[in-house]
Amino acid sequence: MRILLFLGGWLVKAALILLAIVVLNFCLVRLAPGDVATVLAGESGAADADFLARTRAEFGLDRPLPAQLATYVGNVLSLDLGVSYRTRRPVADMVLERLPATLLLTGTAFLFALGVGPALGVLAAVKARRPADSLITVAALVFYAMPIFWVGLLFILFFSVTLGWLPPFGMRSLIPPSGELARAIDVARHLVLPAVTLGLFYVAIYARLTRGAMLETAGLDYVKTARAKGLPEWRVVTAHILRNAMLPIITFAGLQAGHLVGGAIVAETVFAWPGIGRLAFDALLQRDYNLLLAVFLASAVAVVLFNFVTDLLLRIADPRIGAAGG
Amino acid sequence: MTAPLLEIAGLRVALPAGSDRAHAVDGIALDVRANEVLCVVGESGSGKSLTAHAVMGLVPKGLAVAGSIRFEGRELLGMAEAERRRLRGSRMAMIFQEPMAALNPVMRIGDQIAEVFRFHGRPDRDGSRTLALLDAVGLPDPALIRHARPFQLSGGQRQRAMIAMALALDPVLLIADEPTTALDVTTQAQILDLLRAIQAARSMAVMLITHDIGVVREMAHRVAVMQEGRVVETGPAADVLGRPQHAYTQRLLAAVPKLQPRPDRSAELGATVLEGRGLAKTYAGRAGLFRPGRRVAAVAGVDLSLRRGEALGIVGESGSGKSTLARMVVRLVDADAGTLTLAGVDGNLLALRGRRLGPVRRRVQMVFQDPWGSLNPRRRVHEIVAQGLLAHGMDRRQARARVDELLALVALDPSSAERFPNEFSGGQRQRIGLARALALEPELLVADEPVSALDVSVQAQVLDLIADIQRKLQLAVLFITHDLRVASQVCDRIAVMRRGEVVEAGPSAEVLFRPRHEYTRLLLASVPGRGVGEETGSA
Repeated sequence: MRILLFLGGWLVKAALILLAIVVLNFCLVRLAPGDVATVLAGESGAADADFLARTRAEFGLDRPLPAQLATYVGNVLSLDLGVSYRTRRPVADMVLERLPATLLLTGTAFLFALGVGPALGVLAAVKARRPADSLITVAALVFYAMPIFWVGLLFILFFSVTLGWLPPFGMRSLIPPSGELARAIDVARHLVLPAVTLGLFYVAIYARLTRGAMLETAGLDYVKTARAKGLPEWRVVTAHILRNAMLPIITFAGLQAGHLVGGAIVAETVFAWPGIGRLAFDALLQRDYNLLLAVFLASAVAVVLFNFVTDLLLRIADPRIGAAGG
Repeated sequence: MTAPLLEIAGLRVALPAGSDRAHAVDGIALDVRANEVLCVVGESGSGKSLTAHAVMGLVPKGLAVAGSIRFEGRELLGMAEAERRRLRGSRMAMIFQEPMAALNPVMRIGDQIAEVFRFHGRPDRDGSRTLALLDAVGLPDPALIRHARPFQLSGGQRQRAMIAMALALDPVLLIADEPTTALDVTTQAQILDLLRAIQAARSMAVMLITHDIGVVREMAHRVAVMQEGRVVETGPAADVLGRPQHAYTQRLLAAVPKLQPRPDRSAELGATVLEGRGLAKTYAGRAGLFRPGRRVAAVAGVDLSLRRGEALGIVGESGSGKSTLARMVVRLVDADAGTLTLAGVDGNLLALRGRRLGPVRRRVQMVFQDPWGSLNPRRRVHEIVAQGLLAHGMDRRQARARVDELLALVALDPSSAERFPNEFSGGQRQRIGLARALALEPELLVADEPVSALDVSVQAQVLDLIADIQRKLQLAVLFITHDLRVASQVCDRIAVMRRGEVVEAGPSAEVLFRPRHEYTRLLLASVPGRGVGEETGSA
């Protein structure tokens, strides 16, 4: 019963938030100077005022902004995201087409970060103020501080150019090998560098976060109780310290998961990964508003959805949440 | 005579370099015999708690422990960690001060107890032993409590659960580190009863660490008094409490607040300063989109009146609404209903808003409970004290002169003005807080548990100071406390609160010696060491 109420409340909130985001995004993209007509005119090279006016009329860009907004919101509510100004294809199709590539990249990076980061953090905390801890802490700081594009370029330089182990860009070889398995391996080889580059940034954050949370928890009274009970050290660390230190990790994992759709623009650009991030980047340059707004919306849906999942997980991990006041 | 169960000899625990002394525990010797309660009593920093941790082998890494601790004939220091681990939780067990913090917040009570069985090689598969333990410590409905998590239990229930956990494998030695300090006085009485009953029933040795002489009187067979890392006096309880030999023990005993009402001063009191009628405040829990919030009436219709120069004590346990009441009077919390009038201010104090509150703020000041949290650590003392003066438009030079006067009034050295709060002890900080509150020459001082975070000897000094200043300045004081003994020392009248209502109010002597309400009687009966205290007090 309680979970149904929670779910119902969340649905209402999520709908309101998404509506607000749609409106806000619409206003935001219109703040940029220029529109698709000027871009098209620039490309054609010989466009006059008449061409501009005709293009604008065709896309409805000549109408007052509030009217355009109303039309757009109405369309979105009926699940019609419109067509691309450039390709004349429904933008929903274009986004869905690119989504798997992005999810493959960000999902791999997510799992990699979540698998490696907390483990390193636990190791650092257990060996606090010893060499292993220093090594992990320094490495985490380096990868946290270095911009993703720079790490990406260094990796390409080292692993692709110098060593020649892995392909530097793209998702598939120019001439894909035949056979299902061979093709999958081909994609996997292309995936390694971008996923690791993107993931290392998050590994660093998880490691630092976990180490901090572990050390903080280790000083609490119930950890002393656990030791006073005569529990072996591994049990104290896993059942009492880590179990309670997990809460900030879950919270942050939720944040990262929210970026699964929209958070890979830099990595996709550096590694020429055919995902949604590059689609958004191109759409922005070409003032393809409908497409851009569709990418934004997809990304917002992901954030709201994963926020919900995080809330749910936190409630399971810490029974105190949600019990207060209810 | 058989050898003691626990023999501590020449125990030293070094402090890290740069501390105020080299050893937290400095060559102490202590014995605990089977089937006896040894109370180790001392003020904060005496090393009593660290001694207990050293016995359990729980001293934080980095602090060197030297000397000898023999338990059941075996030397503990230098013993392999695996061996010590096997002793912990089975032969010796420990309970802590803050039962909320000492239980893992996300683990069910039953699982936390089952863990003890499991990791000492005797798993409690059907849960029957866990249930028996929960029952033995007097928890209602063990089957339900077993599946509860700590936040679902009350403070007393949590401490009972802690005790159940400690008793799981029938330890011969139980170390209790301030087990009732965080509890309300009535709950404290119940937990002490429980500990006494369990100790007797199991012939267990108990090493009870406490700062509270009342608890010592209730529990101890023998007493060891610690001061600055040394045991200054040890012996049978009757001797140490009745005929203390060491000067420090004598001072400690003299500082213990007694249930002794202040002499009747009604002739000295002036006109009514503060008058409250039907004060009420209800807190609503956060409501969700589809669920109504929970409502708690923190203060439910309280009347109060205070005359110039009078001290009114509001006494109650946690959740009684006493702090909310105090905060309403100083307008830190908005009341839902009621009227409050302050002499010289027109209309209902509770209805004033914004700028019109300014003059009221000046005349009503507050002293807070926590001497650490209530002073800004990045401001020098003179800035803290002068802040109110400057805010009300006094020029800097005048304000500075006033600060020196105020520091002298609260018996602090004038050189204190240039220092930061962290350079002072708890008692000194509370004096600074008092000086800050008095800076604006308020007519009403609201003191919310001003001494409950302090050691007894310091507590006595601060209470004397408050009483002294109150007389000197003809100050009206609203004194919030959970401790009837403290209230009896400084208050002319006492109001006892429970669940948002005043159940009894009257002159201190009336309330203390001729209580009319059953709850007041319960509170009085729960004051630790009271029955025993009277005998030694008259001796």
